[in-house]
Amino acid sequence: MPTFFESKELVTPGDLLAEGDYIAGENTYQEDKKIFAERIGLVEYDNRKVRVVALRAFYIPRIGDVVIGMITEVGFNGWEVDINAPYTAILRASDVLERGFRPQKNDLLSILDIGDLVIAKVTAYDRGSNPVIKISEPGLGKISRGQLIKVTPTKIPRIIGRKGSMISMIKRETNCRITLGQNGLIIISGKTREDEQLAIMALRKVEDESHTSGLTDRIAEMIRKEKEGRRKNVQT
Amino acid sequence: MSKPEKLLDKKGLRLDGRKLDELRPIKMEVGVLSNADGSAYLEQGKNKVLAAVYGPKEVHPKHLALADRAILRCRYHMAPFSVEERKSPAPSRREIELSKVIREALEPAVFLEYYPRTAIDVFIEILQADGGTRCAGITTAALALADAGVPMRDLVVACAAGKIEGKLVLDLMDLEDKYGEADVPLAMMPGINAVTLLQMDGSLTLEEFQNAVKMAMEGCKQIYEEQKKALRARYIAIKEAINE
Repeated sequence: MPTFFESKELVTPGDLLAEGDYIAGENTYQEDKKIFAERIGLVEYDNRKVRVVALRAFYIPRIGDVVIGMITEVGFNGWEVDINAPYTAILRASDVLERGFRPQKNDLLSILDIGDLVIAKVTAYDRGSNPVIKISEPGLGKISRGQLIKVTPTKIPRIIGRKGSMISMIKRETNCRITLGQNGLIIISGKTREDEQLAIMALRKVEDESHTSGLTDRIAEMIRKEKEGRRKNVQT
Repeated sequence: MSKPEKLLDKKGLRLDGRKLDELRPIKMEVGVLSNADGSAYLEQGKNKVLAAVYGPKEVHPKHLALADRAILRCRYHMAPFSVEERKSPAPSRREIELSKVIREALEPAVFLEYYPRTAIDVFIEILQADGGTRCAGITTAALALADAGVPMRDLVVACAAGKIEGKLVLDLMDLEDKYGEADVPLAMMPGINAVTLLQMDGSLTLEEFQNAVKMAMEGCKQIYEEQKKALRARYIAIKEAINE
């Protein structure tokens, strides 16, 4: 039962990862007893399971995911929301309005207009129909301030870090509130524009260097250096 | 360009000094367009090709969508300035046919069944043409698809072999294609040993044809290694910059 790469090694589509009694995990496929990579990424061998952590991918909805979306259309009984996925999501008016929805009375445009951003949760999705999302839960709802950035969706787990180590460090060091959408959209809101810029810089660096080790320490160092540089600028 | 007197010189070398089984110098880069979901650029001799991939995304017009799989749409286009005499930018009969041929060469590599009711758009723009652009287009498009994060069975590579002045040669350029005796473009997935495109233009004996196919496959394998290198290059560069 040979494997053909080291763990965490970079692989490209079509690379033969393992042969024999293995199980094909994420971003891999099996043909006969051979397991191949489907995407460019880092290979991981976990006992008999072979998977690839993708470096390039797009977002596919999963039930329970918290996502950030933009309203693209207002209909008679709900909204259509772009959630950075191949499918547009549906947000039902009956879910947003607490006391039952009456088309004659409620004006949907006054609640959410085209272009508004929302934090939402995926409640239903399968291959046959478009995803349904909701915003009626604490922590969800319309976004009123902050900056929006887009990263590769597969890198969200890296941005969170082990038990949230990376994201909590960035939040602490930059004094920003950061909301991560599983779909690769991130909202950053801080007290000053400089704080927000610093957080964005850190997040971009994590995205670019997600496949390297010792990243949390390097990011912390970068933020500290940037802050010092700023203090000096203020003094002079 | 007018017809050269001879396509092979006394030493048996070709017009650009290549040996019979030698590829043109090849250069690839991935992720060159920031507005596309995936992109790649390739130079193969005097060929210059740009490919961009968008999607998967919702299908418009809606009636084209398939309930059980994604559709792959391909556009092969030559820029007006890509050839010596200005080419009309409107898609010609040849370009429409090549778009279809390239789509069918790429389709077996992509896991279309993963994303029903969506479309994946591939745009191939020939910036400068010097023979074998359909092959260069396929090679570039496969890189752009991988860069877009579209799941694939393997990268698709294409390369041509042919016959000039009675000798089998690899990777024909424009003059050799025009004034040679035959041209056999071939696309394949070398990792799983599957051929996705095989065409022939001109005349060859059965034996010559079999040898030409073999030759083209060898060429494909060489380009395949370059493709993989190009995909990895960006990530390896970042890693090395950090280790320094």
